[in-house]
Amino acid sequence: MKSTPLTNKHIALGAKMAEFAGFNMPISYAGIQEEHRQIREKVGVFDVSHMGEFIIKGKEALALVQQVTSNDASKLAIGEAQYSCFPNNEGGIVDDCLVYRLPEDQCAKGEQAFMLVVNASNIDKDWNWIQANNYFDTRMINISDQTGLLAVQGPLAVEALQSLTDIPLRDISYYTFVKGKFAGLENVLISATGYTGSGGFELYVDADKTERLWDAVFEAGAHFDIRPVGLGARDTLRLEMGYCLYGNDIDDTTSPIEAGLGWITKTQKESFINKDLFAAQRKNGTSRKLCGFILPEERRVPRHDYPIENESGDTIGKVTSGTLSPSLGYPVGMGYVEKGYETEGNHIYIVVGAKRLKATVTKPPFVKI
Amino acid sequence: MKYPEGLKYTEEHEWIRVEENNIAYIGITDFAQKELDELVYIEVETVGETLDKDDIFGTVEAVKTTSDLFMPVSGTVLEFNEKLDESKGDDPTLVNKDPYGEGWIIKIEITDLEELEGLMDAAAYQELIEE
Repeated sequence: MKSTPLTNKHIALGAKMAEFAGFNMPISYAGIQEEHRQIREKVGVFDVSHMGEFIIKGKEALALVQQVTSNDASKLAIGEAQYSCFPNNEGGIVDDCLVYRLPEDQCAKGEQAFMLVVNASNIDKDWNWIQANNYFDTRMINISDQTGLLAVQGPLAVEALQSLTDIPLRDISYYTFVKGKFAGLENVLISATGYTGSGGFELYVDADKTERLWDAVFEAGAHFDIRPVGLGARDTLRLEMGYCLYGNDIDDTTSPIEAGLGWITKTQKESFINKDLFAAQRKNGTSRKLCGFILPEERRVPRHDYPIENESGDTIGKVTSGTLSPSLGYPVGMGYVEKGYETEGNHIYIVVGAKRLKATVTKPPFVKI
Repeated sequence: MKYPEGLKYTEEHEWIRVEENNIAYIGITDFAQKELDELVYIEVETVGETLDKDDIFGTVEAVKTTSDLFMPVSGTVLEFNEKLDESKGDDPTLVNKDPYGEGWIIKIEITDLEELEGLMDAAAYQELIEE
């Protein structure tokens, strides 16, 4: 099992640890619900150093990124990021990712540079996929093992971190980033992104400086009651917002259109893998749709792979994610249903053993921040 | 991690404490409650039923996982600990706070006391967890 630069720190903090995507990761420190509230109400820190990072650099870097990702990277100015995904040849998704357009100070004239941030479980798969499609004049560098990543999330993130840098953090707008000096460390990439819906930053740093960054963040944030938060709360936080999790809600067999990711599938851009299929799906619809649902009257929790039925008991789909929402106090989830059942307010039934739980189709986010 | 003496344990992480007249209390172990994290709901709909060893007598919901509860021995379910019953305004996290005490889940009447001999004692269960 691999470690992040902070694994020993989590163990020393008494975290409950578990294997995730081959890494020994903290699941929770003080309890999932408490950590969840910490992010919604104050500020907390996730170690997400297990995530993968690739640099793509060269004269045709943009062309490669455009070919392998579904969103339109030509719209990115230097200092901007976007959510995107890698379509496969069968109409599914290799992985979802963030695309950063990097400064060009390390580039030769006429070159561009991008950073792709991918799921830890898919690093090798993504790398091989992009390489196989790299007919362009570019170089790829896998910096995953050399890169640490902290996600500092929550409404107090700006205040908690501002003393660590001269860069005015409040001015970094959502899905933009600045590279600069932070906590005395050079070249920290400060990105106003995250997977919680509560705002904050993701801080990319050299792996060997991750521990110094973690310590500095906790020292600066002490006055704001900053706390460590594990992957357990990361999952409940993202699910309250209806963000997809690769391997649960999207995978090699789900199209971005049926997953509700039409907004990152820019079929009007020149060319990318399986563009024509997605354009057709957008026009004609898909046989199933990912929808959100809530169960305000229930206490049993829908889980991945539980069947979904219609009123008369026909199976119409499957749950992909479910949890008790700590903010709402009742279960919420997402799942694929046959076309026609995804209408907001429609009732669907989640099958749990011998029971059927009545759920109401609801467009995420389930929690309004 | 606590492994009180005098209880019997199962590989599914239930404990059973036998009182007089074949009456026993059943709950989940300290290890189990830590693994599950904070419990949000406990469902027991088998009160009054006579179940076999290893039958499911209820289900616990934690934030991240659902876990079935299994009978350590055959018996009749006499009572569900109503302090855990959220529909009565009580608190399933008692299982997290006091898994071997206030957080007992059901009270049963054991059918066959000899079945207890197949269960682990505290030392054997501790060895299972810590190996």
